[in-house]
Amino acid sequence: MSAYELTVRFGHVLALDDVSLQTPTGQITAVVGGDGAGKTTLLEALVDLVPIEAGSVDSPARSTIGFMPAGAGSWSELSVDENVAFVGGSYGLATDVLTTRADDLLTRAGLSDVRDRLAGQLSGGMRKKLGFCLAMLHEPQLLILDEPSTGLDPVSRVELWRLISEAAARGTAVVLTTTYLDEAERAGTVLVLERGKALLSGSPQDVVSSYPGVIVQTDSPTRPQFAWRHGTGYREWWPDDPPKGSTTTALTLEDVSIVASLRQEVGS
Amino acid sequence: MSGPLLQAQALSRTFGAFTAVDQVTFDVAPGEVVGLLGANGAGKTTVIRMLLGLLRPTAGHALLNGNPPSRAGRERLGYVPQGLGLYAELTVRENLEFAAQAFGCPPARPEGPMRETRDRLVSDLPLGIRRQVAFLCALQHRPDVLVLDEPSSGVEPLGRARLWDQIREQSQRGVGVLVTTHYMQEAQQCDRLLLMSQGRLVAQGTEADIVDGTTAVAVASDDWARVFAVLSAAGLAVNLAGRDVRVIDPDLPVVRELLAGQGIEAACHEVPATIEERMTMLART
Repeated sequence: MSAYELTVRFGHVLALDDVSLQTPTGQITAVVGGDGAGKTTLLEALVDLVPIEAGSVDSPARSTIGFMPAGAGSWSELSVDENVAFVGGSYGLATDVLTTRADDLLTRAGLSDVRDRLAGQLSGGMRKKLGFCLAMLHEPQLLILDEPSTGLDPVSRVELWRLISEAAARGTAVVLTTTYLDEAERAGTVLVLERGKALLSGSPQDVVSSYPGVIVQTDSPTRPQFAWRHGTGYREWWPDDPPKGSTTTALTLEDVSIVASLRQEVGS
Repeated sequence: MSGPLLQAQALSRTFGAFTAVDQVTFDVAPGEVVGLLGANGAGKTTVIRMLLGLLRPTAGHALLNGNPPSRAGRERLGYVPQGLGLYAELTVRENLEFAAQAFGCPPARPEGPMRETRDRLVSDLPLGIRRQVAFLCALQHRPDVLVLDEPSSGVEPLGRARLWDQIREQSQRGVGVLVTTHYMQEAQQCDRLLLMSQGRLVAQGTEADIVDGTTAVAVASDDWARVFAVLSAAGLAVNLAGRDVRVIDPDLPVVRELLAGQGIEAACHEVPATIEERMTMLART
């Protein structure tokens, strides 16, 4: 799927401003950015849930897209099996096909023992994994996940990532949003959004290696506009040579995302 | 003030036959930032609810400024719950005034983005601003103790860094802070860590104390997803750190053999485990 130069406006608020995105088969594409950056709006524009003011989306048929919203993505008053039957029915899956796929997905997600439990009674991690299974039930070519790992503990996070990477390995194009930059590093392409604009995009390695400057680790920042707390000290960005004798480290994807936001703030 | 602000003494709580918290003991001193870690269901929120006086312990004691939690004691406490605890149908200013009145203090003056949106309903505001308002509501009566339940869930890196600026500003004023988190980098910002698993306090101290000599093998390759698939299929405790696939508590030759058997070229190094990996390991046992 491809989206070209998308612009979305809500009233007088410019939610997306000239944003482009490609989602190659068998790859994970990560969209990162803060609250209000436009991540969810972008995903919704891709599946035609919000009107596009300018630009175009070239996407596969709706029946070949799986979408997991930032909320639960399942019905709390239905059991796991009832959720599966309901979603499978909406996609018109034959009973035997649905049974096979549901068995396979729920087993891999570690949910086979809780099929009679109401979705509302599942733990946060299990609920997210159920949402994932439902979005994958009809074997979509394109899987869209809105903040799949927000609020999950590390144990559930790694289990969900196992499911996501398996889906990509089987040839599904995956696009997801996240606020965790270590997750974005796993993507083939990362798109950093801020206030509706694309700040950076490319492979995580390219985004980091093409970004100028170095990071100085310090206890007393001398460039407070470009310093932020990290551990008990600070990280501070220098666009060119830092003062002699400073402790420098290479930029990480998280540093690049923070510096890009700070530069936009300082510039505006 | 010298004594601990928060104390859990052999604190326990059962729900029917289920033991949610089992003999947990720790304290939080003035000016200290203590991180409470654990997977979902480890008992973190139950501990917090007992310290706040919202839930009665089955055994042991929860003490706030040396006394059992009470209405008067809670005047010295600021609390930001996971759900932020704001009134969605009130404006920013009304929320601040309401909280200030409850604590009998003058309302704080909203600054920055909060000032621009002070007359809007909280339900109409983005999460970032709502979080700032919740913080200000918890801080405006100048509490001695601050309890934060997963304050940065869903917050982007710059927002997280700013949140920690605020937390440190409070601890430098002498406020004792207890913060729950899932995020390792956040745990590294704390002065001291507590790790809970299945209701029990299983480790405490620095990051090194928590990791407790556990090691991991970091596997770097061009195709992390394939490495991840091969090693998880073999039943190893596999984790991810960026693009590195990491095996917890490993047998290095076994990892190398599995990858070589699939013709995968990868560099394997033994490294100290992270806090997340220690948590994953505890959850598997």
